[in-house]
Amino acid sequence: MSEMTDSRAGAAPVVTAAVPRSLGESFYNYRQRVRTGEIGALPAVIGIVLLLIIFSFAQTGFLSLSSFISILQESAPTITLAMGLVFVLLLGEIDLSAGVVGSTAAAFGAILSVKHGIAWPLAIIGAAAFGAVAGSLLGWLRARIGIPSFVVTLAAFISFQGAQILVIGSSSGQVSIGDKILLQLDNGRLSPVLGWVYLVIAVVAYTAVKLMQVNGRRRQGLASEPMSLLVLRIGALIVGGAIFVYFCNVDEALTWQQRQGIHIRGVPWVVPIIAAMLVVLSFALDKTRYGRHVYAVGGNDEAARRAGIPVRLIRTSVFVICSTMAAFSGLFLASELNGVNTQEGGGNVLLLAVAAAVIGGTSLMGGRGRVVDAVLGGLALAILQYGMSNLIKGGNASAYQYIITGIVLLLAAAVDALSRHAGRSTS
Amino acid sequence: MNQNEPILRMRGITKSFGPVSVLKGVDFEAHLGEVTALVGDNGAGKSTLVKCIGGTYSIDAGDYLFEGRPVKVHGPRDSAALGIEIVYQDLALCDNLDIVQNMFLGREQLNLVRTLDEPSMERLAGETLASLSVRTVSSVRQKVASLSGGQRQTVAIAKAVLWNSKVVILDEPTAALGVAQTAEVLRLVRNLADQGLAVILISHNMNDVLQVSDRIAALYLGQMAALVKRSEVTHTQIVELITAGRSGNLGLPLSTTLSSNGAAL
Ligand SMILES: Nc1ncnc2c1ncn2[C@@H]1O[C@H](COP(=O)(O)OP(=O)(O)OP(=O)(O)O)[C@@H](O)[C@H]1O
Ligand SMILES: [Mg+2]
Repeated sequence: MSEMTDSRAGAAPVVTAAVPRSLGESFYNYRQRVRTGEIGALPAVIGIVLLLIIFSFAQTGFLSLSSFISILQESAPTITLAMGLVFVLLLGEIDLSAGVVGSTAAAFGAILSVKHGIAWPLAIIGAAAFGAVAGSLLGWLRARIGIPSFVVTLAAFISFQGAQILVIGSSSGQVSIGDKILLQLDNGRLSPVLGWVYLVIAVVAYTAVKLMQVNGRRRQGLASEPMSLLVLRIGALIVGGAIFVYFCNVDEALTWQQRQGIHIRGVPWVVPIIAAMLVVLSFALDKTRYGRHVYAVGGNDEAARRAGIPVRLIRTSVFVICSTMAAFSGLFLASELNGVNTQEGGGNVLLLAVAAAVIGGTSLMGGRGRVVDAVLGGLALAILQYGMSNLIKGGNASAYQYIITGIVLLLAAAVDALSRHAGRSTS
Repeated sequence: MNQNEPILRMRGITKSFGPVSVLKGVDFEAHLGEVTALVGDNGAGKSTLVKCIGGTYSIDAGDYLFEGRPVKVHGPRDSAALGIEIVYQDLALCDNLDIVQNMFLGREQLNLVRTLDEPSMERLAGETLASLSVRTVSSVRQKVASLSGGQRQTVAIAKAVLWNSKVVILDEPTAALGVAQTAEVLRLVRNLADQGLAVILISHNMNDVLQVSDRIAALYLGQMAALVKRSEVTHTQIVELITAGRSGNLGLPLSTTLSSNGAAL
């Protein structure tokens, strides 16, 4: 590849980043990256499109507004759990207990709200704090004592099922949520106007951040992506966002209901909440020293140690983040099911979230992954499950669903393994 | 500081691991603007000496002088603060990070809002590679996983000089490289010295040593057999110093080599 750069008299040309100068070059570079194994979220995006096409041909009414909204809402607990798991997976670790810890934390928050009448923001903080404490215990056992995370979190998976029963109380077996806000976390809809307001905020913020980045590079004399690509991105956000908000705002209530002031419309709450989590966590991973060190420890912990990075602290911290996100996930699930029972968060809740992260492009071997993977993988999985539940009927329906979901996870892990081979240098 | 005074001087260094005495009163020095080759057979104590300089091992006895002043080095941070950088043979780069990210690992630059200052790190990385006349790397945003062995060595060396270091120590940098990449790394080594740094090069390859070094230090079973100017010795003499500890009137007195040999047998 010939890289033409400005050379100063006598000195060798400064090696720069190979920044594309035109739209065509950007697409070429992207293709090149995909071919060398940096496929990222491509399989998840292709999967989402394929699933939508297959299901909409296979069943009439699949592409309806109501199924679209349910898919978004049902994917929220999995996506939130998977976002936390990405941090753990980045270090090549696993947290098998996240689902149960999350529901135990949610039960704790629900008890605070129901039994002690504590306001919803404090109940949420209480649940999150419960998760954080549980996570620091797991992280301490893994990083300080040195027990493999598989064992630590398997033990926690079992123990926290017991803790959950104790928190809820074995006699009742269930706490029902009464608080309106907590109940609506997963099911609530924004008012139509608020949907548009959030979209405008998102577009303005995105544009401002991108322009600041271009400006920062220019000040250091570095080339940036072509402006046309930036305009294209912002345009896509505006058009895509507008279509999204418009359809979400279509009122599904019947005419007589509307006359009585009953409306079923608006962007689901989960959308801005998950978008906010995505922004905060991605910021932490991509823009801060902490995030850089997480990637470094996941890539080569010996190199990280020699570079003076506090490896054990980093290792502990990812478990704290994971369990805290698990608590939010548990709250979404509790909202979806109107409460927390003693079985919630068990079963394959956790494995589905791992599948979501892996399908989105996060590697199980550590070092590679992004928070957005959890969102894309979680959506793909939710579409798959929703479509199957409508398509496959009969006594064995759930049997086939388990089998297919398992095969999809295997496929994603295979893609991960194969792309790692492609990425290795050929020397 | 006098022009001829070494920037780094080790005097009478001893180091043992339990009953095993690995360094037995070693004298060593390195000068700014020069490549000092550190040679010796397997187990002679080269890596141990380097780890003593780097602070990974503490010395049992002897003087550690930097810029003529005695200093105490208790850990890698102390040596880094003095301006000593060591490129270990296993390099320790993160495959999943790109060249810029690896070069600044653990010392990332932050901007006013305490987030990563990618543009200035990218610029500095590019300029450092340019100052070393590196031409083999096409983009500083390449992942290290996609680099060849020689390019990885280049990144590790560039990482070491990014921090205004005065002494750079390379442990067998050409061991796993082909002909062309070895030549490129040796050019880099020479380049570092010509820029005024003191370079210490550990190598088993006599051709490399003769081609690039200004001084040669030969370790023999934990003792410094000779520390001579490159121009004053021949290929044969170095080989004899490495294998027997002496060559003609150079090297250790006959009695010590015999007794050491006897001990080694
Ligand atoms: N941590 C240790 N504990 C005990 N003995 C050690 C330790 N480190 C090194 N040694 C011994 O010290 C001697 C010198 O080792 P060193 O690694 O310094 O040799 P070297 O000159 O670098 O050899 P090579 O060319 O094989 O790298 C060897 O006999 C080795 O067994
Ligand atoms: Mg060695």
